[in-house]
Amino acid sequence: MPELIFEKSRPGAGSFTMATGGQDFGGLAPRCPSTLLREKAPALPELPEGEVVRHYVGLSTLNHHVDKDFYPLGSCTMKYNPKINDALALLPGFTALHPEQPEAEAQGALRLLVELGEGLCEVSGMDAVTLQPVAGAHGELTALFMIRAYHEARGHARRKVVIPDSAHGTNPASITMAGYEVVQVKSAPDGCMDLEALKAVLDEDTAAFMITNPNTVGIFERHIVEIIQLVHEAGALCYMDGANLNALLGIVRPGDLGFDIMHINLHKTFSVPHGGGGPGAGPLVVKERMAPYLPGPLPVRKGDAFGWQDAHPQSIGQVHAYFGNFGALVRAHAYLRRLGAQGLRRVAENAIINANYVRAALQDIYRLGFAGTPLHEVVFSAANQKKLGFKASHIAKRLLDFGMHAPTTYFPLIVPEALMVEPTETENRATLDRFIAAMRQIHQECVEGNPLLESAPNLTPVRKLDDVRAVKQPRLRWRPEAAGDASHTA
Amino acid sequence: MSVPGNLLYTEEHEWVLVEEGTVLVGITDHAQGELGDIVDVQLFEVGVEFQKGQSIGTIDAVKATADLYAPVSGVIQEVNSDLPDGPDTLNQDPYGRGWIYRIRLTDPAEIDELMSPEDYEEHIDI
Repeated sequence: MPELIFEKSRPGAGSFTMATGGQDFGGLAPRCPSTLLREKAPALPELPEGEVVRHYVGLSTLNHHVDKDFYPLGSCTMKYNPKINDALALLPGFTALHPEQPEAEAQGALRLLVELGEGLCEVSGMDAVTLQPVAGAHGELTALFMIRAYHEARGHARRKVVIPDSAHGTNPASITMAGYEVVQVKSAPDGCMDLEALKAVLDEDTAAFMITNPNTVGIFERHIVEIIQLVHEAGALCYMDGANLNALLGIVRPGDLGFDIMHINLHKTFSVPHGGGGPGAGPLVVKERMAPYLPGPLPVRKGDAFGWQDAHPQSIGQVHAYFGNFGALVRAHAYLRRLGAQGLRRVAENAIINANYVRAALQDIYRLGFAGTPLHEVVFSAANQKKLGFKASHIAKRLLDFGMHAPTTYFPLIVPEALMVEPTETENRATLDRFIAAMRQIHQECVEGNPLLESAPNLTPVRKLDDVRAVKQPRLRWRPEAAGDASHTA
Repeated sequence: MSVPGNLLYTEEHEWVLVEEGTVLVGITDHAQGELGDIVDVQLFEVGVEFQKGQSIGTIDAVKATADLYAPVSGVIQEVNSDLPDGPDTLNQDPYGRGWIYRIRLTDPAEIDELMSPEDYEEHIDI
């Protein structure tokens, strides 16, 4: 591994100067409480500019990213991020804006927020929106607080939230954090909801039902309208986890199906760059009856102009400083407007075609998690390969040697040895064929017992990790006093 | 994968050794193989009473965290105190030194609901 920039640092080699303790900071110091003033300079690494640039460019070549090669990480929608989105987000009218700027001086930014919100409502078939949540799970938690407020306003708080056993891990985590009890329902043999099992758990204490559609095995819930009806008859609300919205764009609107509330992962479906933790954006779109509980303030039209409107008195309150991750919202808006209604539909169609192209080319050697035609992603099981002595993790790590990112492994939990492949619409046939050829070669290696499978990855900057040591002795941060000492842990 | 013939099993991959009025409980060879390297266990204390199917502990592996489900209803009479410091025993010797609880049965009839070794072998043939 290359040295950290802190380890490369040499005293006096820095190419910047910084005001240190005792200085006036342009007259600001006397007005700051003394507890907030630094007494000595921060311990920043000192290197000439050229070395800093080489350091970070070097790191970027060690990392895998969608600009480097194929990234079929199921459920994450690692599509190409159009560079024009970045160019627009960097316009000075956006970057030089202060969140406290008077409305009259921020009309362009306000208009963008209003029109993005309207666009997301139109795409999803919903009535109102908050752009504040900055991740999918943040949207989930915000929604659950709103669901609680909705039921409390009706005099009965309710205790439980129901999910299928194929749910993303964030769903039960958000439910628990919001103070609800998780009730998990086993899926039917076809990977979809079991209606009878759902009926058995719905009662007057059920606050909501959360489901991903298409579900986490990539299959559209055929009985979704009936499911939503059952949930509503129990007086509960229907939440859609929008992680897989890429499969529905321009074809199905969750609001039309009857969903009350949904988060949209702009960093998946709407091409905002992600991986490595963000910054993401997880706006919530809701039906009219949920609108009073939305966080505020809300960007709105004021005649021909745009401005802020205070939250409704029943609002759950603000869930993020100011207005969410604005830069991510600009990128999503640019994507939405450039594609338009027809373009968005083609996104979904091509995402579905690509996933099924991969399915058809590999299903003779990699067993399908569930029979049937999935939408935008396909879940294989490495059950055949396991009988040869190699697991999904071997296959995933070996794929890295081909310069491609691994699929999502061991999720969903209901598929043994799962390999979840989501090619997205932005990959062409040549790339898919290269992936298919790699997966077929890896299967052949399983048959032959090729030792490269055990040692994989063989060609990456960091070789096979010691999983146990990574859990027990993680080195989470560098500390100056322990530089070079491998034994310290955070 | 070994499935000893003297034990009974659950769908959730626990094994049960029937003794006089008590049972010994652990996780199967298949379960430890699926979980991969086990790095931590969180167990209940002696005296805790529970119903069949309740979670009576958590097993942390590098790949996933799994609940340990009670194969029968009962009261915890003994806990394998070696496990918290040596959770990898569950990988190395799941049917021997990797036993987890000794449980006093509150409903001995539940023994009849457990799976035979033959049924369990069929259950794990993915």
